[in-house]
Amino acid sequence: MTRRFDAFPYLLLLPAALLTLAIVAWPVMETFRLSFTNASIRATEDYVGFQNYERLFSGGFVAIIWRTLLWVTLSVVLKLAMGLFGAVLLNAAVPGRTIFRVLVMPPWIVPIAIGVFMWSWMYNGQFGMISGLLQRWGFLAGPFEFLGYRNSAFLATVVTDVWIGTPLVTLYLLAAMQTVPRELHEAAWVDGASRFYRFRRVTLPLIAPSLATMALLSAIWTFNSFEIIWILTEGGPRNATTTMIIDTYKTAISRFQYGAGAARSATLLILLMLLTGIYLLLLNRMARRARRLEEASA
Amino acid sequence: MIDRYRWWELVLIYAGIAVFLLFLLSPFVEAFMVSLRPLTQVFRAPYRFFTEDMSFQAYKDMWSSVPMLWRYMLNSFLIASGATILALICIVPAAYSFARFSYRGRDALLGVFLVVNMVGAAVLIIPLYRIMQSFGLLNSYGAMIVPGAAFATPAGIFLMRSYFLRIPRELEEAALMDGASRLYTLRRVILPVATPGIVVVAIATFIAAYAQQFLFALTFNSRDAYNPLPMGLYQFFGHERVLWNELMAASLVGVAPVLLVYAFMQKHIVAGLTSGAVKE
Repeated sequence: MTRRFDAFPYLLLLPAALLTLAIVAWPVMETFRLSFTNASIRATEDYVGFQNYERLFSGGFVAIIWRTLLWVTLSVVLKLAMGLFGAVLLNAAVPGRTIFRVLVMPPWIVPIAIGVFMWSWMYNGQFGMISGLLQRWGFLAGPFEFLGYRNSAFLATVVTDVWIGTPLVTLYLLAAMQTVPRELHEAAWVDGASRFYRFRRVTLPLIAPSLATMALLSAIWTFNSFEIIWILTEGGPRNATTTMIIDTYKTAISRFQYGAGAARSATLLILLMLLTGIYLLLLNRMARRARRLEEASA
Repeated sequence: MIDRYRWWELVLIYAGIAVFLLFLLSPFVEAFMVSLRPLTQVFRAPYRFFTEDMSFQAYKDMWSSVPMLWRYMLNSFLIASGATILALICIVPAAYSFARFSYRGRDALLGVFLVVNMVGAAVLIIPLYRIMQSFGLLNSYGAMIVPGAAFATPAGIFLMRSYFLRIPRELEEAALMDGASRLYTLRRVILPVATPGIVVVAIATFIAAYAQQFLFALTFNSRDAYNPLPMGLYQFFGHERVLWNELMAASLVGVAPVLLVYAFMQKHIVAGLTSGAVKE
């Protein structure tokens, strides 16, 4: 029997497809096209081949790529560590855990910019909380302007990014831990396995796929992070916090060099595509493994 | 029993939770404390947690120091609401299509929405700026609503789809059997049943749209009357003397609505967020 072509399900997709096409898909292609032009605020634009890329990779951009990779890696590792730490604690059957779980989310709920305003006060060297407490406890001899020095500003932006990202990672890992069958824990417990041993040999291997997924997703989101650095330091001091996305923004929006900016965006897009590819492969493998397990148990 | 903890284990767990929550919540606590201090006490070293003359004065003064404050808050709300409505118009039918029909290219299209979700707005800022320019949307609410909705749509589709998948098929089969059209079935049979799911998606989308207005406002809007709260307050940075107490007061008042919504709906929001991510 041949079925008639049915347009209805496609029509239902139309609004979402149009919006996504106009605001995401087309801009992705346009970014690649613009990266081969000298587009600027002027009305004319010419095709310039790989000129933007040649300038990019003979200039300081390579250093910016390395800095971005360091920034993202540091941030993702810390988010996963914090998230795992939080998830393990919130998974413990202790009184009050429901309310603790609620209290984890606010950094992720509030507008990013407003959370960053709060941090920019925390980092204030003269009067801020962190500098003040470190002085009182004797770790600092005098006021320290966290956002004023290259290394401390770099770390400060990472910490704020970790603060915003931790709630979601915690939540995902907690959800993954709750899918670990209780019988496995009980069996290990009956055999006299300690809590730590059970975590290492039962929980950790079973949530490893979720941990890997979260690491990739988190890396992708962190590459896209713009507001935190922009509000805290605008990429300074002396470019210490200029990541690829900050450099793109400065080139394109502050200096109106659309073509040169697009080449930076395009490089970032290629990196994102690479990560997304790995993420999809991982999802695929996880789905296949789940199906095999189902067939085995059926 | 397996869930029984020895006393020192309990101490360790609670200490760990305390450290964890301290990291996540101290900026809020400090912001609140600063909002209670008069400016002379804010700019005071050495640092003290409690200072003299604490009062809610900043919550009164901020309305005159930031004359447009009410307008910024209203704008934030309007932009997030507009983005939510536009996103829902896209999300609900698309999610229904993905959940209920099987057709050529369905899984590939669903994959496209997954991939699209990986690209943030800041990466695409150049073409986005030019699109807004050519559609004459610069310096309008539209420039903040349309991209806000677009970047919230993919995640919403996945969330909504998992909700539709849980509604039994028999429901619409019965309606179709009675001769109802498919559009009528969607409107009169499915949507009423799916309302709780739609509400959760709407709230999650609203929170996301409320959280991510800064970049669009910074780039696409230069008319102060249209600025959302984060952008309105950002302008007060870099002044010679930042009125930190009032800035923190205004920030806290600005985030209170979303925190309240979250507090009431957290169970649904958290369940929705995690169901999609772990099982997909």
